[in-house]
Amino acid sequence: MDFSSLSPVAMIVLLIGAATPILLAALGELVVEKSGVLNLGVEGMMIIGAVTGFIVATTTGSPILGLVGAAVGGAVVSMLFAFLTQYLLSNHVATGLALTLFGLGLASLMGSSYNGIKPPRMARLEVDGLSDLPIVGKLLFSHDPVIYFSVALVVAVWYFLNRTRAGLVLRACGENHDAAHSLGYNVQLIRFGAIMFGGACAGLGGAYVSLVRVPQWTEGMTAGVGWIALAIVVFASWKPWRVILGAYLFGGITILQLSLQALGISISGAYLSMTPYIVTIVVLVIMSADRKRASLNAPACLGRSFHASH
Amino acid sequence: MLRLEQRQQPSKAMLYLTPVMAVLATMAVGGVLFALLGIDPFRAIYLLFIDPFVDSYNLSQLFVKASPLILIAMGLSIGFRAGVWNIGAEGQFIVGAIAGGGVGLALWGMEGWWILPLMTAAAALGGALWAMIPAVLKIRFNANEILVSLMLVYVAENFLAQMVQGLLRAPDGRGFPESRNLGRNDATSLPDVFPALGIDAGGVVMLILLAGAFFLLQKHALGFQIKLTGDSPRAARFAGVNPSVIIAVCLGVSGAAAGLAGLFELTGAAGKLTIDFPVGYGFTAIIVAFLGRLNPVGILLAGVVLAGTYIGGENAQFALRLPAAAVTVFQGMMLFFLLGFEILINYRVKRVRRAV
Repeated sequence: MDFSSLSPVAMIVLLIGAATPILLAALGELVVEKSGVLNLGVEGMMIIGAVTGFIVATTTGSPILGLVGAAVGGAVVSMLFAFLTQYLLSNHVATGLALTLFGLGLASLMGSSYNGIKPPRMARLEVDGLSDLPIVGKLLFSHDPVIYFSVALVVAVWYFLNRTRAGLVLRACGENHDAAHSLGYNVQLIRFGAIMFGGACAGLGGAYVSLVRVPQWTEGMTAGVGWIALAIVVFASWKPWRVILGAYLFGGITILQLSLQALGISISGAYLSMTPYIVTIVVLVIMSADRKRASLNAPACLGRSFHASH
Repeated sequence: MLRLEQRQQPSKAMLYLTPVMAVLATMAVGGVLFALLGIDPFRAIYLLFIDPFVDSYNLSQLFVKASPLILIAMGLSIGFRAGVWNIGAEGQFIVGAIAGGGVGLALWGMEGWWILPLMTAAAALGGALWAMIPAVLKIRFNANEILVSLMLVYVAENFLAQMVQGLLRAPDGRGFPESRNLGRNDATSLPDVFPALGIDAGGVVMLILLAGAFFLLQKHALGFQIKLTGDSPRAARFAGVNPSVIIAVCLGVSGAAAGLAGLFELTGAAGKLTIDFPVGYGFTAIIVAFLGRLNPVGILLAGVVLAGTYIGGENAQFALRLPAAAVTVFQGMMLFFLLGFEILINYRVKRVRRAV
């Protein structure tokens, strides 16, 4: 077997690409869950983002506009979930599942005439001089804009949640919605906004799959990435900097598994394709096993509807 | 201005009315969607919601689609009642079909009435064991059963791909990734019982199990404990209900039911295992369970309605060039409407004048 084709630098570059959709979706879901809402519709919002991003990018010829379109698409479809859970007080779990089922169907309906088309290519941000540096240039200075954006978003989300008043209010809604309400905050509106932010992030992540990672449109192409993102939030104990760690870990497993398949190792491809999902389960088990710590980290009002009776 | 006011007691009338309202609202909004797609809305609604129940050929397909949906939804509803969210029925469906189909393929060429029951038992066991993975991880390690059971769907799909390329591939199939056709062999194909409605032996088993579920939930202490756990986990613990037992029972039963549905699909409608064997019944069954109000009788009705949309959707693909995905959108929309209307059970809408 020839392992020399596995260059560590190239692997890390690939890993970051594979991790970015998960990172974006998980960051969005983190904010949603911090506000006390459990949105299981991440997969549905991602696939809607993937298809709207693809449609906008191919019709306008601009991948950046595609990304914007995807974020808008994800946010719009998340409003269905937001309206139902916040104003009609529906069960978060059931509504999230509905969003995923609906999103998968709607995306294939929207994308049915876009099969087999190539989207416009996303240019990499290259810095003269820096990008040509050995190793460092490839690792740090030769990615596409979305990757830099996703890392910046980690910092921004951390700053927002932990260093701003608005972030504190959002967390208050997630920890004790009655207290937040009695202080005069509009819990439902704040949660509505958080859900839309989550939808935009998931949409962006989906578009990264259809515009950069694959790049083409096929039905069901997000293949469970949205669900893995949900697991990453648990893995991260609802901390932004751990989300990036978790996402890159999963990116690494995906790339390792794909490289092993390409090497023609004696394990069958179908078994290797299972590994990201099995690792997700293992990670969930490890992170949840300590009940006390797990319940300390989770927002106290996660998944509970709020209705102001007065 | 409209305001929501909590009812003293949940409205019984609304409990039964909301699913009907959801179906009607789906028809109305769906009609608008069809008009936007440039399809005659009245014709499309007729094909999707009425034609499946009046045309005799369509009727003969009704329970071919409804049986797996109802069987899976019946199992899921027991868990949903207890707040145990098994959403990996699609995976349990696949594993059940592989386990039961594997037994049938291993006994290929043999004759005997006992082969089909043996396959059925293997399928139920396979589905139940697959569902015990999230159950054990939930009980022992507190891992979220929603995510674990869903991840296992992707594992099961890859496992199926591996099986039809390897162990279970037909030796005389010229290398196609598919198993032998179990439907061509009397010993491994389901006998028809009531062909006019598409009810085969699997459909009969489904109806018996549905009656069993009704008994369990209405008359049996375990059913009471399941409902109690769902309504108030704390009260259930004080009443001495062991939550681990409830989790294991709920996931075990729903896994076994999904596994059975997988085998009935394999030995009935599908005939052979291929990569495209799973068609999403495991996910649509979630909609059936909710639309049927997690109640066995309701699930029977909801399963028939959803089966109708599948059959009508296929017909509309030919007659009106309706895209296949439109049916999935419809089914998702139905669940959205249902969840939205559910507020009317516990709240009433009141007009209030804004205070100055």
